[in-house]
Amino acid sequence: MATITPKLSDEFPLTIASSTNSVTLRISKFNPKTDSTATFVEFKVPVQKWTTVLDIILAVKQHLDPSVAVRYSCRQASCGSCGMKINGKPALACYTKISELNSNVVTVEPMNNFPILRDLAVDFTQFFSTHKKLKPYIIRDDSEVTGDTKEFLQTPKEVEEYLQFSYCIKCGLCNSACPTMATDTSFIGPQALAQAYRYIADNRDNGKKDRLKIIDDSHGIWRCHFAGSCSQVCPKGVDPAMGIQLLRGYLLGFRK
Amino acid sequence: MERQSNREGIKGWLNPGRYGLERVAYWLMRLTGLGLLVYFIAHVFETSSIVNGKEAWQKMLELTQTTEGHIILTIVIGMCVFHTANGIRVMLGQGGVGVGKPGRPDYPYKPASLNSRHKLCILASIGLAALAMMYGLAVLFGE
Repeated sequence: MATITPKLSDEFPLTIASSTNSVTLRISKFNPKTDSTATFVEFKVPVQKWTTVLDIILAVKQHLDPSVAVRYSCRQASCGSCGMKINGKPALACYTKISELNSNVVTVEPMNNFPILRDLAVDFTQFFSTHKKLKPYIIRDDSEVTGDTKEFLQTPKEVEEYLQFSYCIKCGLCNSACPTMATDTSFIGPQALAQAYRYIADNRDNGKKDRLKIIDDSHGIWRCHFAGSCSQVCPKGVDPAMGIQLLRGYLLGFRK
Repeated sequence: MERQSNREGIKGWLNPGRYGLERVAYWLMRLTGLGLLVYFIAHVFETSSIVNGKEAWQKMLELTQTTEGHIILTIVIGMCVFHTANGIRVMLGQGGVGVGKPGRPDYPYKPASLNSRHKLCILASIGLAALAMMYGLAVLFGE
C-alpha cells in the first residue's frame, strides 16, 4: 500500500505537520479499453477533521498515482462534477468530509447506473439527453423581450412552487441511487422527472401538455415506486421524490 | 469509446438499509409482492386439485395442516398485511398526498417527502404485519 507521509508543504493542505490521523483510501480503478473488471488500489492518506473525500483523492493523484481519473471542478457542491459512490452510497466527494463517514477506510467507486469512462469518471451523455428531452426551459408564445412588460412577474408564493427543483446541479446522484434505474435502461430517471415538475409548476410556462405526454410512457413516471432514495442522496435539497409524486398528481387529475 | 454500463441490476435492491427506511419499505414491498405471487400460483394449484376428486382434495389439504404448512401460511398472512398497509401508503403518496409542499430548501436539507408521517406508516405496516402473524400463529397452533 502506498502512503503519503505528512510533511510541511504549501502545495497541499493535507501535507501539514500537525496531521495525526490517517485513513485508507480504496479507489476503484477500471479502464474499459484494457481491463475486464475493476480492481481496488489502496493508499494510506493523512487527514484533518475538515478534509473531504475529494481532498484525499487529489492528494493521491498529486503524490502517488497521477493516473487516477476523477472529474471535479468547483469544490463547493455547485458544479455537480464529483459525484461518486463513497462507502457504498452516492455522494459528492467535495461535500463529504472524512470525519462524517465514521470509518478509517474510505472506498470510492464510480456512480452506478452510468457507463464508466475510466476509474471514477462516468459518462453523462444519456443523462443529459434525457434531461433535454423533457424540455428544461420556459415554453410560451410571447417573450419577455418583445412583450409589453419587461419581465414576467411572479409572487414569492409562485416562485416557491418550483424554486427547490431549480436548485438541481445535475450531479446524477439521484439517478445513481434510484432502484428503478438499476434495472431499467430506458427509465427517464428522477433527475429529469423532477425537472419536468420544475417547469410545469412554473406559472410562466405553457409546456405542461408536451411534457406530460413525454413522461406518460411505459418507461416514464409510472416506473417510479417512491423508494425515496433520490431525495435521500440529493446534496441540494431538491427532493426529486416529492416532485415526481406531485407530477403524477397532474396525470391522475389530483392537480390542475 | 468503449464503455461499461455499470448498472446495479437486481442486486441494487439488496442492502436497502443504506438509503433509509423508505428503501427498506420498497424492498419489503417487492419481496412480499413476489411472495404473494408465488402463493397465488401455489393456491390455484392447490384448489385445482378438487377436480381430481374428494380424495385428492383432502390429500392436498393435509399438506397445509402440517407445522411447515402453518408456518408458510403465517408468513403469507404477514406478507399480505404488510403489502396491503404499505400499498395504501404508497398509493396515497404517489397521488401527491402527504409528500409535503415545495418550498425554499435550507441547509441541512431534509427532504419533505421522506417525512415522519411516512416513516410512521411504514413502521405501522411492519407492526400490523407482525401482530397479524402472531394472531395467525395463535389460531393455527392454538388448541
